[in-house]
Amino acid sequence: MTATPETPAAIRTEELEVRFPLRRRSPFAKPAVVHAVDGVSITVRRGTTFGIVGESGSGKTTTALAIMRLQEATGGRIWIDGEDITERDGPALRELRKRIQIIFQDPYSSLNPRRRVGAAVREPLDLIGIGDAAWRDRHVAELFERVGLQPEHMSLFPHQFSGGQRQRIGIARALATRPAIVVCDEPVSALDVAIQAQILNLMRELKQEFGLTYLFISHNLGIVQRICDEVAVMYLGRVVEQADRHTLFARPQHPYTKALIAAVPRVEPAGGTRSPVRSSAGEPPSPVDLPPGCRFASRCPLAQPRCHAEAPVLRAHAPGHQVACHLVD
Amino acid sequence: MTADRPQAAAKKPSSPLREARAAFARNKAGVLGLVLLTLVVALAAIGPFVYPVDPFEIVSAPLTPPLHDAAVPLGSDYLGRDLLAGIVHGARVTLFVGGAAAAMTVTIGIVIGASAGYWGGRIDGLLMRLTEFFQVLPPLLFAMALVTLFTPSIPIIAFAIGLVSWPAMARLTRAEFLKIKPLGYVAATRSGGGGDGYLIWRVILPNAAPPLIVSAALVVGMAILFEAGLSFLGLGDPNVMSWGLIIGANREYIIDGWWTVTFPGFAVFVTVLGLSLIGDGLNDAFNPNLRER
Repeated sequence: MTATPETPAAIRTEELEVRFPLRRRSPFAKPAVVHAVDGVSITVRRGTTFGIVGESGSGKTTTALAIMRLQEATGGRIWIDGEDITERDGPALRELRKRIQIIFQDPYSSLNPRRRVGAAVREPLDLIGIGDAAWRDRHVAELFERVGLQPEHMSLFPHQFSGGQRQRIGIARALATRPAIVVCDEPVSALDVAIQAQILNLMRELKQEFGLTYLFISHNLGIVQRICDEVAVMYLGRVVEQADRHTLFARPQHPYTKALIAAVPRVEPAGGTRSPVRSSAGEPPSPVDLPPGCRFASRCPLAQPRCHAEAPVLRAHAPGHQVACHLVD
Repeated sequence: MTADRPQAAAKKPSSPLREARAAFARNKAGVLGLVLLTLVVALAAIGPFVYPVDPFEIVSAPLTPPLHDAAVPLGSDYLGRDLLAGIVHGARVTLFVGGAAAAMTVTIGIVIGASAGYWGGRIDGLLMRLTEFFQVLPPLLFAMALVTLFTPSIPIIAFAIGLVSWPAMARLTRAEFLKIKPLGYVAATRSGGGGDGYLIWRVILPNAAPPLIVSAALVVGMAILFEAGLSFLGLGDPNVMSWGLIIGANREYIIDGWWTVTFPGFAVFVTVLGLSLIGDGLNDAFNPNLRER
């Protein structure tokens, strides 16, 4: 499972940054910028599942899209298998697409409604030019079977499938080029609970079978706890805490992580009293005009004057456990 | 779970296009429009062979009412030319102007709208300012200026109509591109190695097509009216018979010879009505929310 130190990480980012300029309201207003991703450095070891959790707007999906080179990064660097791919384009970028693929959140919008699903799965093979026509047909049929569909389904259109089936098609498409790394952007959050388990099991089997590395984006801590080896918690474009799964869930250090874990709904015995949910009050501040200090300070129950003045950096709290908080040593 | 069991296997392969075609066939008004347009196209295609009378030749007394002279069944105009011959021979020109102007409108509109919507940013700003520039020009005056600048001929008239009509098409295309571009399947195709050209022409445009097709059908009708309007103002090509030219030439005799403007006007009306009904029918056919009716 674990890679030896010599093998390069599947994914590594250093100070990754994605900024969106906003339209100026008047010619005299100073240009506003949204810091969607603001200095994210992560390392995903080969063969592991790395989870990124955070609420809506924390920048987790933008981070994934930037790593996929589907969203231009405005700063920082990205390495895939030890190769710097930050500025790749043209045929070299297409070559990279073979090795890293993505499964999207919404199974309804992620399939072209005008394309037969077999053609949709085959499309990357045609575009990147892998194998000959006969091999492609065979390979797509095998993929359909592998993800739990039948080859006869290949000639149907997306609207003829249920959400779970569509997600299976999305998985087949992601695996078509035989990638080593698959970015999963909330792959089950649009599905109902019973289907979620099936899809997660399928993804786990495929990981074993093909030796995949997953970058798993989610807001669902329960799922992250089940399938991720390592977890980074993002808040407003920054990683606030990162650790292996056991450490993160057993000994969370950052007040935000603690609040997230406390907010996970748990099944209570009938008649039992529900413990009051300790959630972070209020909304996160606007990512346009960020406060100078810790981004979580305005919602943090433990905030000190220092938190409002000075931004904490992500530093080691224990081996393999990093936290960005002034109150944690 | 039953919801995840492949339930679609038994269904015969259907496609969004096939469903839209079936929905159109159920739409009575749309089918009527198609029938009307087919009649007009048939008139343009075979009419001149079946009724080979020269529309410019003087064949009877001026302003002969309809059904009075067997030589001119629909009557004659102020010079004594056969109105039926004018309508039969003018159909081709009228349809050509409508078709050519619509083709130009669609081409310019899609190229500009797709570029603006797909690339966004500065390109979008530039192209939209250009579009707005054309949009604020009064279309009829601008077309008149263009036509008078050159000698009025049918291609120039079609060109002028196309040049004043594309902004609406460009804006519609841009709006569709803005709507479709952020969808997952576009990113998925890019992740599968699709380049910009592939995404624009093979992925986004086919999905943006339904409202554009509807709009194109209406543009043909509008262009025919436009040509009639220009001809009515005396800016048509005087050497080529078109419905607008007949109406324009006879407009002073509307009291003494109502038939001279009524019949060609009716021909314009039927054609534009047919195109509008087709446009509406296509709109309903492509709109899945209306299919159940």
